[in-house]
Amino acid sequence: MTELPAKSMREAVDAIYRAESRRILATLIRLLGDFELAEDALHEAFRAALEKWPVEGVPDNPRAWLVSTGRFKAIDALRRRSFLDAAETEITERLYPADHNPDPLAGEEIEDDRLRLIFTCCHPALAAEARVALTLREVCGLTTEEIARAFLTAPSTLAQRIVRAKAKIRDARIPYQVPSPSELPNRLDTVLQVVYLVFNEGYSASSGESLTRADLSGEAIRLGRLLLELLPEPEVMGLLALMLLQESRRPARVTADGDLILLEDQDRLLWNREQIAEGTELVTRAFATRRVGSYTIQAAIAATHAVAVNAGATDWPRIVDLYDLLLRLEPSPVVELNRAVAVAMRDGPAAGLELIDAILSRGDLEEYHLAHAARADLCRRLGRFNEARASYERALDLVKQEPERRFLERRIAELNGGKGAMSISGVAKRPMSGG
Amino acid sequence: MKYMLLVYSDEGAWSDFERDQCFLDSVQLARDLATRGQFLGANPLQSIATATSVRVRDGKRMVTDGPFAETREQLGGYFLVEANDLDEAIAIAGRIPGVKKGTIEVRPVLEIPGLPTT
Repeated sequence: MTELPAKSMREAVDAIYRAESRRILATLIRLLGDFELAEDALHEAFRAALEKWPVEGVPDNPRAWLVSTGRFKAIDALRRRSFLDAAETEITERLYPADHNPDPLAGEEIEDDRLRLIFTCCHPALAAEARVALTLREVCGLTTEEIARAFLTAPSTLAQRIVRAKAKIRDARIPYQVPSPSELPNRLDTVLQVVYLVFNEGYSASSGESLTRADLSGEAIRLGRLLLELLPEPEVMGLLALMLLQESRRPARVTADGDLILLEDQDRLLWNREQIAEGTELVTRAFATRRVGSYTIQAAIAATHAVAVNAGATDWPRIVDLYDLLLRLEPSPVVELNRAVAVAMRDGPAAGLELIDAILSRGDLEEYHLAHAARADLCRRLGRFNEARASYERALDLVKQEPERRFLERRIAELNGGKGAMSISGVAKRPMSGG
Repeated sequence: MKYMLLVYSDEGAWSDFERDQCFLDSVQLARDLATRGQFLGANPLQSIATATSVRVRDGKRMVTDGPFAETREQLGGYFLVEANDLDEAIAIAGRIPGVKKGTIEVRPVLEIPGLPTT
């Protein structure tokens, strides 16, 4: 037991809340079998800590104290009700099992609880937006208001989403467990999708927008780290690496006015070297497992860009190889487009243009502005300015985001001013590896 | 916990051979579930062309033909199973032959008191 004066006691409890509340919640959900009950129990437990610890001192194992206090508070609350419905009877049975369980607070079980919580929040039977909201709420501990602000949604809409998801978990009995090995690859995919979606939501926010949105990227990286600690699968390494490598370019990717700066035009001295080193090391570890997935390959592409001192010094043959690998794993016209741009850098604009025209002639990316922007760029480098202008204009018709619109308008203005020769390529790299 | 697994598919998309094979596989699945104590019932339904709708409004009973197959997939049968949780029910749904052509809707059963046991 540790004795502390009142003010620092408050601070000590706050610190424990920040560090441990998600772990404690995860365990309480397992013990109580119900999200709402567990959340109430968590708050009751911390309230009790604020009352008792100043008198009795901080227990040696605060987490265990909070879990068992929370559990007893929940039992109390259930007992106080005059009538137990079917669900509550069931919970009571779980709390007082006929054959006594081994210690429910054993260390390993508690570590697994955090993984259980992640898999339950990211269950494919929940709507995609609900998975994201629930994960940020329950796993990351963000408030409903914070999540709503970050996703530009009304708090009431978001609260509704979370309530509905919790009701489905309870009523359809979505289990609180780590999936079996045969299910794991599929289910892990869904988890990684949620994490990457959170990351991109924050990454696509331009500097003019509220900082809260950018914070989402940091939250996604924290989630990635937690996941890696609990489940060191190669694709978890790959996704964390991809996020770190993209995040490393954040300071260089937009101007003060919020205009996009292409990868090859970015001031590489602004890139975060620490994140690049960590990301690159993770890519190497993931490749060493010989179980390489699409996040790992995308991260490897980003890592190849990251080590080049400038666009010209980039190992383009390696990038084309990586896109070949990615295409074999996950064929898509967007990946083909990115490969075509890399081919243009390796073999010259004519080779890239031939590939892009083939993709466009299939009609696959006819409505995708970056395909036309990439085509325009290659035409310009070949001196075919009229074709370039036509393709930029087509891209401009299709573009939706304001910074990208401004970028295309600048390019057209440059062409009209006869400055076509100073262009460089890479417009189409943004969705996979650029920005 | 009981789950109702409703099998929806496009009736027109089944050849006679495929339908027969589906029945054989469904019987096999039902027997399999029964040995684990998870089988509560299952039946295919006749074509939606045989369906009749009944309504009582203001005390008056109305009987009409249909409903007509306006949606792409129609209810063609069901399994009623016992499963520990949704993941187990999803695993069973994934083994129902109709899952390859259509969609299985997994619905937890709402238990109400007073129903006779069969």
